[in-house]
Amino acid sequence: MAFDWMKIPYALLTLFIVFNFGMLLNALIQKIGARVGRRYGVSIWQNYADLIKNYGLRSSITHGVMYYLGPVFRLTGGVGLLLFVPTIYGSEMFSNLSFAGDLILALYFVFFGTLGMALGAAESGHPHAAIGITRGLSQVTAAELPFALAVFSVALQYQTFSITDIVAAQQGGFTSWTLFTNPLAVAAAMLSFLGSMMRPPFDVVLAPQEIPIGPPTEYHSSYLALMQTNRAIFPIAKIVLYMSLFFGGAASWPIFFLKVFAIYMVSVLVGVSFPRFRVEQSIRWFLIWAVPLGVLSIVLV
Amino acid sequence: MKVELENRIVSGLEGVGAEPPRTCELVPAPAVLPAAYRETVKAQPRAELERRTVKGPDGVEFEVEPLRDYYCEAGPTVMPAAYLKIVEDLFNWARSRSIWILGFGTGCGAIEMRPLMTPRFDAYRFGIQWRPTPRQANLFVISGYLSVKTLKRAIRCYEQMQNPKYVVGLGSCTINGGMYWDSYNTIKRLDDYLPVDVYIAGCMPRPEALLQGFEDLKKLIRAGKAEGANQYAERFEWYKSNQKQIIHDWDMPDYNW
Repeated sequence: MAFDWMKIPYALLTLFIVFNFGMLLNALIQKIGARVGRRYGVSIWQNYADLIKNYGLRSSITHGVMYYLGPVFRLTGGVGLLLFVPTIYGSEMFSNLSFAGDLILALYFVFFGTLGMALGAAESGHPHAAIGITRGLSQVTAAELPFALAVFSVALQYQTFSITDIVAAQQGGFTSWTLFTNPLAVAAAMLSFLGSMMRPPFDVVLAPQEIPIGPPTEYHSSYLALMQTNRAIFPIAKIVLYMSLFFGGAASWPIFFLKVFAIYMVSVLVGVSFPRFRVEQSIRWFLIWAVPLGVLSIVLV
Repeated sequence: MKVELENRIVSGLEGVGAEPPRTCELVPAPAVLPAAYRETVKAQPRAELERRTVKGPDGVEFEVEPLRDYYCEAGPTVMPAAYLKIVEDLFNWARSRSIWILGFGTGCGAIEMRPLMTPRFDAYRFGIQWRPTPRQANLFVISGYLSVKTLKRAIRCYEQMQNPKYVVGLGSCTINGGMYWDSYNTIKRLDDYLPVDVYIAGCMPRPEALLQGFEDLKKLIRAGKAEGANQYAERFEWYKSNQKQIIHDWDMPDYNW
């Protein structure tokens, strides 16, 4: 099989654009959240300053190999997810490394970072990290169920596991988006989306007011900076996946920015409106409201 | 030994006519507790700190020595700045733009920090936010009086923070003891125990004064003068002897990160 080497710089360019977009978007979202609380909010460059500062700290300590690999795995999850999902539909430059069965791989990458984090945080030996990871894994697993069901429903609907083909099938006006052709699957997936964006009501895992911030309690300096880098990339990569599967993908960068922002805002709107769930409440909520929707969508397809 | 204090700032005294001292003699800090009382609080042998054999849940027996197992024995070292000045300047800019405060209210002055998170003062717009763990924090605000008991925790928290780290003394109590001058269980001069970058004068200083103090700290950081962590490493012996002079039940390693 011939491999087009030009794909690598193109993929890096995608990564660069998405990273900067993610940094600015996160600050914008923080600002919107602050305005809801009638605060002025952080500056739009705040995330860059935080990131440079954390990379620039002079000392750091380690708790062992897994502790070091935790943030690396997490970043791999974000970057991997982004690289194997075609970012811009129909563009040779920004189709990244997508291939026929990439949907399965993407599902795996969504979970990969959390697992890596679990191993790393466990080795830090901090009790708060252990509790945080237990909560995080339970909640992510519960949130992942309806998403997986929705993904299989969509794959059944279009008879393919290739994201590019799924996007291609949704072209021709917004009425052919999965949102309208398979609304139950989209509903289940969007409920799951709320659970995985680390915003209220599902942010008990690392909310500072809970056990001191959970899994990253012991992480600092460059370790934390790696995780912050992932913080900019992973949500966008995930939204790209959602956008491709359910909202018709994006054929150009402006459409991409617009759709990603709109999808992100769903979780923000819910987040600023509702108080935080405890873990057992959120798991119950996913199992009662989201999973039946996913099952139903598969049955109907 | 004389020490230059040119990079110590007392925020809030501008225009009052008062000038903070520019040099200071490195003398041992005065003991706070009366000698008779000191005897009664000597470190007592405690079962949970002794070396012992523990049987794990999987049946394997292993030795535990609490004072050694959980902590590092290595002392702090002086960490050089980045090799290129332009890189260090970039880092200093980022450090001044992103100050993460350790969320640990050590005294009554902590009540003046809370309003900074509210819409009225909103410190977040200056790049200031609170972190719940010392690992991620850069700034330790000693908020008001510091009792000997709290000093022990403050030292541990300070040593767990990563270089470069800053200390702000909030309120008169951290400068000279303030209204607790003749108290039997509070320290008088914070600078004897931890390297302070900025004092914010007042009892209590208002949230606006805190913001002004943080702005002064930012100027120090930008100028590359906020090197408290390195000073702590340089004069480690002196700081430790001062700390041990008033903490009599010293039941932790000398240096614990």
